[in-house]
Formats: sequence, structure tokens, C-alpha cells
Amino acid sequence: MAYAAGVDVGSTQTKAVIVDEHGRIISRALIDTGANVVKAAENAYQTCLDNGNLREEEVEYVIGTGYGRYRVTFGNTQITEISCHARGAVNMFPHTRTVLDMGGQDTKAIRVNANGDVLDFCMNDKCAAGTGRFLGAASAALEIPLDDLGPTALKAERPVRISTTCTVFAESEVLSWLGKGKKIEDILLGVHQSIASRSIGLLRRVGIDEQITFTGGVAKNVGMVKALEQNLGLNLNVSPESHFMGALGAALFALDHILASRAPLGAREEHA
Amino acid sequence: MSDGKNPDGIVGRGNREGADLFRDWFDQLDKTAKNKGPSAYVFVMGSIAEILRVFDLPLVFPEINSLQTAVRRVAHEYLGQAEDYGYSPDICGYVKADVALQIRGGDHPMGMIPKPTLAVITNACNTYIKWAEIWERMFHAPVFTIDIPGTRQAGQSFLPGDSDFERDRRYVQAQLNELIDLCQQLTGLSFDIDRFREILHHTNRMNIAWKQVIEFNRNHPSVFNALTDGTIYLGVSNGLRGNPEASLFFEKLREEMEYKASKGIGTLVDEKYRLVFVGVPCYPIFRRFNELFTEWGGTFVNSTYLWFASGGANRGFEYDLNRPLESLAEGLLLSVRDAMDSMFHHNLALEEIIDEYDVDGIVFHPIKSCRTVSTGLADGRRALMEARDIPSLFIESDMMDRRVVSEAQMKNRIDAFFEGLASRKQREALAG
Repeated sequence: MAYAAGVDVGSTQTKAVIVDEHGRIISRALIDTGANVVKAAENAYQTCLDNGNLREEEVEYVIGTGYGRYRVTFGNTQITEISCHARGAVNMFPHTRTVLDMGGQDTKAIRVNANGDVLDFCMNDKCAAGTGRFLGAASAALEIPLDDLGPTALKAERPVRISTTCTVFAESEVLSWLGKGKKIEDILLGVHQSIASRSIGLLRRVGIDEQITFTGGVAKNVGMVKALEQNLGLNLNVSPESHFMGALGAALFALDHILASRAPLGAREEHA
Repeated sequence: MSDGKNPDGIVGRGNREGADLFRDWFDQLDKTAKNKGPSAYVFVMGSIAEILRVFDLPLVFPEINSLQTAVRRVAHEYLGQAEDYGYSPDICGYVKADVALQIRGGDHPMGMIPKPTLAVITNACNTYIKWAEIWERMFHAPVFTIDIPGTRQAGQSFLPGDSDFERDRRYVQAQLNELIDLCQQLTGLSFDIDRFREILHHTNRMNIAWKQVIEFNRNHPSVFNALTDGTIYLGVSNGLRGNPEASLFFEKLREEMEYKASKGIGTLVDEKYRLVFVGVPCYPIFRRFNELFTEWGGTFVNSTYLWFASGGANRGFEYDLNRPLESLAEGLLLSVRDAMDSMFHHNLALEEIIDEYDVDGIVFHPIKSCRTVSTGLADGRRALMEARDIPSLFIESDMMDRRVVSEAQMKNRIDAFFEGLASRKQREALAG
């Protein structure tokens, strides 16, 4: 049995996925990236191997992705997380034509075809507004764990309007709403709606084609999913593996490489 | 180098000689500044160099001064000084670098820059007008504005022979006559029509050769990089326009490109992707920016920058020396209008370029501090994508301000673009 791996080194967390030769996920791992990016990649990969009861030599090809992809020193090559999220999303939801990936400090809107090829993409520029970092600022200001933000926001009845577009100033604005006696859930839903609004702006820039698949760590936040769905007026594909979509895409590209190298000479191009 | 592969060092000669000419030009400006001599401040989109040279007015291109501070990695010092003076971070970076240059008494990394005796501008960029006001206030230098009637309507272009064109030409020519009067007053020199013809003749030689140089990039592999090499050529075409040195330079450059084309010598050992650049280059990391593309085997075979930053000289317009002023007005109208139109309806010209230059992808590079070239790029890109099945990349940064240039973010986007191009090429190859 051939195994392929993808290691997605993100700004906040590092993810690793190992797939078998049928493209099925065998193992996954997730750790905080921290300051030592090389170590984070190594640790995530080793944890993934351990979780799958696999030895390093059993994995034939490894691809690094994410901002730290060039620090995956044990990897065979690198592919951007833009291509990897597209590939992972189409693999998971074959009718995907638009991908929204929301991570720790960037958000990407990606338009894809049925093969998972990237047709167009757009990302936030030089500013973390509209990304997971915005939620981090709200979490700090309200002293609520990140995992509780979404469920709390869903209880809101009268969401406030967060007008700032700056993550740093958002914290002040959250505090000012608290000072005005607004309920925490109403403030939180306002925060989610603000992020949703900016993300939808990115989606519109590439063109919104159904189906839309929501990937990245923030896709685990039910409040964010709801805010996006309400704003867009349609349902999103959200997988329990959303967090691992970049690593999965990288692993699938790695698997392509393995299969192409095994194919008879005349057929190699089809898998290359 | 002089061997069978590169007789007389012909390959790379244009870049070497272009850099030398550029340096000589700035050395002359330095001497002029130190001698407190006169100068004319002009812009790339319609410099009217041919008239100003008759009056021995050295030409200063503030846009080129400013971009050179970025290429030489000191732009942030100039921008910071202008912002301390009160300019907003959102104002054009070229303007701010120039303001700081003037506050410093003309001190530039390439030498001293003389103060303006007069400034000649066109309406090709609305910032030109506000920019010139600054010099008017600082130096009491007269500002002469030439109003070029633009068409700015897709597919609508009045050409010589049309009655509308003729009206517009007369309007421009009347303004040129006024400029001549002003130059005579300022310099005390008479307008020498024979010298004017001679200067136009040199511009003709340059324009003809420049157009052919650009067309040589239809060759596979392409013979020059429109972004990097092209910027060197633009420096010569602007700064030395109308001089015999410029016409000779472009004729020799044409010879170099012809040689490279005949020998199959490209800018890359393995040219995989032929690209067109739309917008103004990212000067704060100029070399690195280009490497982000060449590392993937991508090279720029054409660029809208070569059109508008040459004031439309890329058209190869030839002045009629038998009716020189009339012809200058005609050429100015055509070339500046073309430079303007290359920003307003660039998608139409790009559609032609895609076929003529066998282009694999288009790179749109809107910049923070220039609304004139950046507004409409997103719209033009959409229009192009609707009309043609061509991959494109949209990356934003700036031509001056390194605070809004993030190499890591840029690389990520560029890598993803090439991954898409590679995948597309693979599928096309499989489909036969």
C-alpha cells in the first residue's frame, strides 16, 4: 500500500494528513505552529505518522503547503495552500465551484473547475480584518474561549454593527459596546457578521458559483457558518475535516506524483 | 565578450549602453543643478521634448527621479519626509518623493536635480496638474498645461483624415505655438525651425526602431523582458528623446534583438510561460519581483507600461518634417491619447496582444498610490476574462511604498498562479 502526506504549515496551526493510494484519509494531526516553524512541521508529521501507526519510510511522497511550506524540510516539494485547498475541497465535495478558506491571518476566495484546478483567487491584503485573527481579538476582549465564540453568537437576538475594518481597533469597538451595556452574544454576532461581510466581498471578486465549500480553521465556528449562510442566502459545504483541507489537498497532489511515477511510460503524462 | 555566440558583445549591449546613457543624463542634470542652469520639468505621457530641446532646456522627469529612489531603496526616506511635511500616505508616491527631493534642495541618489525654469504637463494624468502646482508655489515656475482631447470611448478613435481629429489637432497645435512663445520669453532664444526638424528626425528614428524592438518579442523565445529590460529602454526613450544618442541606441537595440531572434537567444534558458504585465512595476523590490516570475520560467513579453510610460512612442509614429509643428501636434494627439487609452480600455489592446505575442497569462498589478493606472484594472480584467479564456493574476502593491509591499504574500499568489498555468498547460497537452 502506498501512502502520501501533506503538511500544511499555517500562521496559527500546522496540520498533517496521510492518505492511502485510494485517497482515503488514514491519519491526521494538528498542532500549534509556535515560533519554530521547522519544528512544528516535523512534530505535526511525526504525530500524524504515529496516529496512523505508520513508519516514515512507508510514506513515499510528502508535499508542504501553507505559508511555512518551504520550512517543511523533509518534504519532496511545495504547493501553495491556494491550490491545495481547492484540490481538497473538490475532493471532499465534487460539486464545489467556489472555496472560501478562512485561516488565522488570511482569508481566500478561490474559484475552481470540476478538476479542482484554480481558475481565479483573491485574498485579503496586508490586513487581518475578515480573518480568524479578528475573532481572536474579540475572544481576548470578551474573555471567551475561541471555541465558545460561535455557539455564543448563535444566541444573539439584536446583533450590534461593528464598523471598524481594523482588527486592532475592533477590540476597542467591542469594549465600547460592552460599555454601552450590549449583550455579549449580540456583540459576538456583530463580530461574525463583520467578518462574513468582508469575506463575501472577496467571494464576489472571484465570482460566486455554487456550490461553495467553506474550509480552514474558522469553518469549525458554527456562528461564522451561520453568518455567512445568512448573508449569502445559501448553504455552505462544511466538512468535519475543513481544518485539514489544505493538508489533504497537498497529500492528494503527493499521491498524484506517486501514481504517475508508477504508471507505464506512455500513461505517465495522464497522472503527472 | 566577442566570440561566435556573442559577436562584439551584442547580446546585452542595450542594457549596458542604456544604463550608461541614463547615468550620463543624470550627470548632466547634476552639472546643470550645480551651475544653477535652467531646466524643464516634464512627464512621460507627453513630454514635448522636441520643442524644449530647441531651447536647450535640459529635461527633468520627476516621475523617473522618484522611481529611481525606490529602485535604489531609499524611497521610504523621501516618502517619510513628505509625510512629516503633511502629505497623506495615500497621496501618489511619485509626488511625495519629489516633494521631499525639493525640500532637500534637489538632492537625489543619482546626483543633484536642477530647479524648474518651467513645467510642461499634459492632462494624461490628473495628478500631473496638482503636482505642477507644487512647483508653481515653491519656485514660481510657470506651468504650461497642454490639454489633449482624449477619446476615452471603447472602440472609438479618431484618426488623421477625420474632421474631429483635424479639429483636435488644430487645438493642440495652437497650444504648442503658445508654448513656443513662452519658451522664447523664458530663454531669450528664437525658435529654430531647422533644429526642430532635426530633433523630430531623431525622434522618428527612435520611434521606428522602438516599435520594431517591441515587435521582436513576438519571437519564441522572447528577446527582452518587457518589465526589467523594458524599463531601461523606457529611461532612454524618455530622457534622451529627440537626441541622436537615443536614436542610435534604439537602432543598435533593434540590431541586438534581430540578432537574438535569429539565433534563438531568449531572456530565459527555458521560457515556459509568456506573460503580459499590466500596470506600473513594483519598484521597491524591482529585481526580486521579476524573479518571482522568472523562477517559474515566466517572462514578460509585453507590458502596458511600455505603452503609456513611453508617451505612446511604442506606436512608432513618424513626424512629417515638411510640416513639423502640425505633425508634432498630430503625433502628440495620437500618442498621448494612446497612452491614456491604454489605461482606460486596456482589455481591447490586450486581446490583440494575446494572439500576436502568443501569451499564456496576464499579470494585473494595481498599485496603492496611483489611481490613474489602477482604477479600472479590475473591471478591465473582468471584461478580458469574459472575452477570452486566458489565465490572469491580480496582485496589489505599490510602485514606491515598501510598507504596502509584502513579498511573502506576493510570492504565494504568484506561485498559485503558476501552479494553475502548469495544470492548464498539462491538460491542453493531453487534449492534443
